[in-house]
Amino acid sequence: MTDRPQALGGPILTRPVRILLALFAVGAILIVWRLGAGLGATTALSDGYPWGLWIAFDVVTGTALACGGYGLALLVYILNKGRYHPMVRPAILTSALGYTLAAASIGLDVGRPWLAWKVPMYVWSWNLHSALLEVALCIMSYTVVLWIELSPAFLERFREGPEGRLKRFSQKAYPIVNKLLIWIIALGMLLPTMHQSSLGTLMILTGPKLHALWQTPFLPLLFLISCIAMGYAAVVFESTLATSFFRRRPDTDMLAGLSRAMLPVLGAFLVLRIGDLAARGRLALAFSADRFALAFWVETALFAMPLVLLLPARQRRDPGNLFRAAMFMMLAGAVYRFNTYLVAYRPGDDVHYFPSVPELLITLGLVALEIVGYVAIVKLFPIFSASRQTAAQA
Amino acid sequence: MSVDRRFLLKSFAAAGAAAAAGGTIEARARAVAPADALGLLYDSTRCIGCKACVVACRQANDTKPETQNSPGGIWDTPMDLDGNTKTVVKLYKSADGYQRSFFKAQCMHCVDPACTNACMLGALKKREHGIVSYNPNLCIGCRYCQMACPFNVPKFQWSSAAPKIVKCELCRHRVAGAALSSVGGFSRYPASHGPACAEVCPRAAVIYGTRDELLAEAKRRMAESPDRYVPKIYGETDGGGTQCLYLSHVPFGDLGLPALSDQAVPDVQQTIQHGIYQGFVAPLALYGMLTAAVFRNRKRAAPDDDREEGGRPS
Amino acid sequence: MATEYVPASTGAKASRHLSVDRRDFIRVCTLALAAVGMPYAAAADVARAIATKKLKPSVIWLHFQECTGCTESLLRTSHPAVSELILDLVSLDYCETLFAAAGHQAEAALQKAMRENAGKYVLVIEGAIPLKDDGIYCQIGGKTALQIVHEVADKAGAIIAIGSCASWGGIPSADPNPTGATGAPTVLKGKTVVTIPGCPANPYNLLGTVLQFATFGTLPDLDEKNRPKFAYGRTIHEQCPRRAHFDAGRFVQKFGDENARLGYCLYKMGCKGPATHANCSVQHFGEVTDAWPIGIGHPCFGCTEQTLGFRVAQFTTVDIERPLPPDTYPPIHAPQGKISPVATGLAGFVGGALLGAGFAAARRLGGPPPEPPPDAGKEA
Repeated sequence: MTDRPQALGGPILTRPVRILLALFAVGAILIVWRLGAGLGATTALSDGYPWGLWIAFDVVTGTALACGGYGLALLVYILNKGRYHPMVRPAILTSALGYTLAAASIGLDVGRPWLAWKVPMYVWSWNLHSALLEVALCIMSYTVVLWIELSPAFLERFREGPEGRLKRFSQKAYPIVNKLLIWIIALGMLLPTMHQSSLGTLMILTGPKLHALWQTPFLPLLFLISCIAMGYAAVVFESTLATSFFRRRPDTDMLAGLSRAMLPVLGAFLVLRIGDLAARGRLALAFSADRFALAFWVETALFAMPLVLLLPARQRRDPGNLFRAAMFMMLAGAVYRFNTYLVAYRPGDDVHYFPSVPELLITLGLVALEIVGYVAIVKLFPIFSASRQTAAQA
Repeated sequence: MSVDRRFLLKSFAAAGAAAAAGGTIEARARAVAPADALGLLYDSTRCIGCKACVVACRQANDTKPETQNSPGGIWDTPMDLDGNTKTVVKLYKSADGYQRSFFKAQCMHCVDPACTNACMLGALKKREHGIVSYNPNLCIGCRYCQMACPFNVPKFQWSSAAPKIVKCELCRHRVAGAALSSVGGFSRYPASHGPACAEVCPRAAVIYGTRDELLAEAKRRMAESPDRYVPKIYGETDGGGTQCLYLSHVPFGDLGLPALSDQAVPDVQQTIQHGIYQGFVAPLALYGMLTAAVFRNRKRAAPDDDREEGGRPS
Repeated sequence: MATEYVPASTGAKASRHLSVDRRDFIRVCTLALAAVGMPYAAAADVARAIATKKLKPSVIWLHFQECTGCTESLLRTSHPAVSELILDLVSLDYCETLFAAAGHQAEAALQKAMRENAGKYVLVIEGAIPLKDDGIYCQIGGKTALQIVHEVADKAGAIIAIGSCASWGGIPSADPNPTGATGAPTVLKGKTVVTIPGCPANPYNLLGTVLQFATFGTLPDLDEKNRPKFAYGRTIHEQCPRRAHFDAGRFVQKFGDENARLGYCLYKMGCKGPATHANCSVQHFGEVTDAWPIGIGHPCFGCTEQTLGFRVAQFTTVDIERPLPPDTYPPIHAPQGKISPVATGLAGFVGGALLGAGFAAARRLGGPPPEPPPDAGKEA
């Protein structure tokens, strides 16, 4: 009973939320412009850099940051660490919102979105060699899976709610969803494994256009490992923020445990990354005096920092330190992805790309909407467990 | 619990090893050009930079001239292939200015293309005569083909409301049922049915025919005047081979052609992808293991009808 | 040499008939036919036609709102014998400029020619036809131009409008066009009117058309404005001797400057060549080399085109309808992609703000707890 999830309640349209909605409004106007005027007019994308901020951040990094649900599900449902259970629903919510943001960004980024329905439907046209097809199908399915995984939270509220069709439907649907949950949860762990690694495989096809410090057959494994770290880090990050903003007791003990679990993950990444470069004789490139070497060391340092911060047990009980380490970890994964998709991708000399202002503002707007969605849903629906609530929401 | 952890770690290790095993999976079979593969042979020693091919390509494909680089829009000046330009003639000048060469750029029509490997629904596909052709009805504009092509050939119509990918398709739209016949040792269509650039070239600097005929002609030219050429036919084996071949008197790298190994561009990625997903065995196996683990853990916790989800700690 | 194609007997007979030197005759025929794009062999047909008197179709030449420049251009040949020859190839049965007769005599000649050659005569119209106020602004012998042209065109075997005025209105039709001057094709709707625009029209364009009709009874291939394609199928720009300068970007910037002296392209001075269909660049006037506008250093003003001549200001440059590649080449690697400083600033600001806020929040979250909890070390 004490651990039962409960809606946080309280007003949704607080001042921070209103500011975020304003940010989204700006983004929304720009989205309309992008849909009307086309990609050339609104983005800095070009034939030299056909994939830019929306792919590298919104999709590749965004989905990795949304892997908290994935990581926690592994911990709770496979490794049976039940004490982390209260963190699962918030993490699934973050994941669902994150993947929906990624899906929306893809919808904005592709040039012929009115044919996108053909991707899941035109089975006879599927090119089974295409890694992108696998990524697309997985992301589409995983987004659906996440919302189904989250649906018990909505159904719980609706079945206790006012009399009506929604209540009756929820009461009927709830046990059905519960029965399917095992299969859904397992799917929710299979799909990210598949597509998070495939996001790495995607860049293997660029061959010599990807700088040698990043091009490796181990790209899928590196992406998978770093996504697990990013996912856990996102859980720590979001949990800490929720604690402050929603006046909850800190989950420091749980977060400490999670952080300890991240140590081997970070270690594995670093060993694989540097070991692969050394084994293939490419480590020397990391010492040339160019921006690629710099990018490599920034990325590597960002992965090493949380290791340093989290090794001492005492540091793992410091909420500030946990938060800092989580930030580093998310940044590390993000920088690794940015490097792989943008910095290390060289179609030719003298070809440049930096996102345009509309690209940046649309991304900001979508993230703002995601945050607003998160706030609204945790206040309206039973996501967070009640036991940690210290005070009612103002 | 430790059983589960070991269990999971083992399955992850298996999946991870499969994901990582670039070299342990058997290499895929080497793709071979179809017997009737059509292509181009461009001999930079014969090209005079007249750009008749550029103009002919515009007319044959009805593409608009690129005038934004010229003052008052008076010239057609594409700087490179783009959403409107399927071939372009560039000029290479060496640093000291003494070495010069023209270079005609267009789709290479690779034997084992990266773009067709990348395309989700097969909008880009090798069709008749091995021509890499584009079907906009299967294209969602994801632009992965642009990322994949080592020659940066596919271009996107960024300023269009319904953008397409644009690249040379060897004027396959002009064939209209005409048949190839042998003309001077080359397989040719009747006039105005073959690639416009090759038909209009006044110096036979770019010619067309089957890949075998072009390779033979290239070798003949090299044997006849060995001092005239760099001793290599670019595209014979580069990147797995291309149907558009190049002869040059300056190093190919100077002309902007990338140095590729003989391995087909999609080889590494396909080996990994198929290694993991072959027959969908590994994903299904993993799914089975995950489902079993979740099921087992759920049963361990006391079942409670009121519970929202399983897996509660004891 | 053309003489080989024309049997000596035919040539001799023809030249006797025309009282002109045989060699001159052959030369003119060849020249005229070359202008129409006919092969040398056709000269034999012309010679035979003249010899057997099948040539010399009747020509009725009407003058309306014109300056008579087209007639003058036709007469401006350097060799008097040639012009006589040209006039001898046809029977000019009515022409106000060249007639010795006047008044009622001239009108009677017109009626006689129309009667005797009904359905066979070639009607040449020079000058625009005013339509305003029932066409009173041009009257000859009490009849308006409109009436005359309808009457004469009715029984014509072929109708040719020579000069821009007759083709589409020309200079009398320039703004504000107070008389409602209109070209013959508009007035004679429903009839095929071959137009030979130009101000003046190139005389060989007319000559070639008339010769073909006289010899073979056919008109040359016409474009959508009924202009003979052999003369108006290409723009000046396509056949301009200064084209290489255009392609290389060498332009005259000001009249009399060094570039003008070097004979550079006149596009920037408002040359309408790229939009003007005519053959002035390959068929010069008055049989003097380079006797045409660009040849003497003045930009073309588009006199053959209704949308340009007397309509668009001289110094207004014209759009190039189908731009072609210039004399320059793109490099192997062209720089691509600009980086917006505003975007960089925005990204830096947002990124920095988020990071800063994150670290500030981390600091506020406080240090480790004062004493470790009793069951420390038992982390799962």
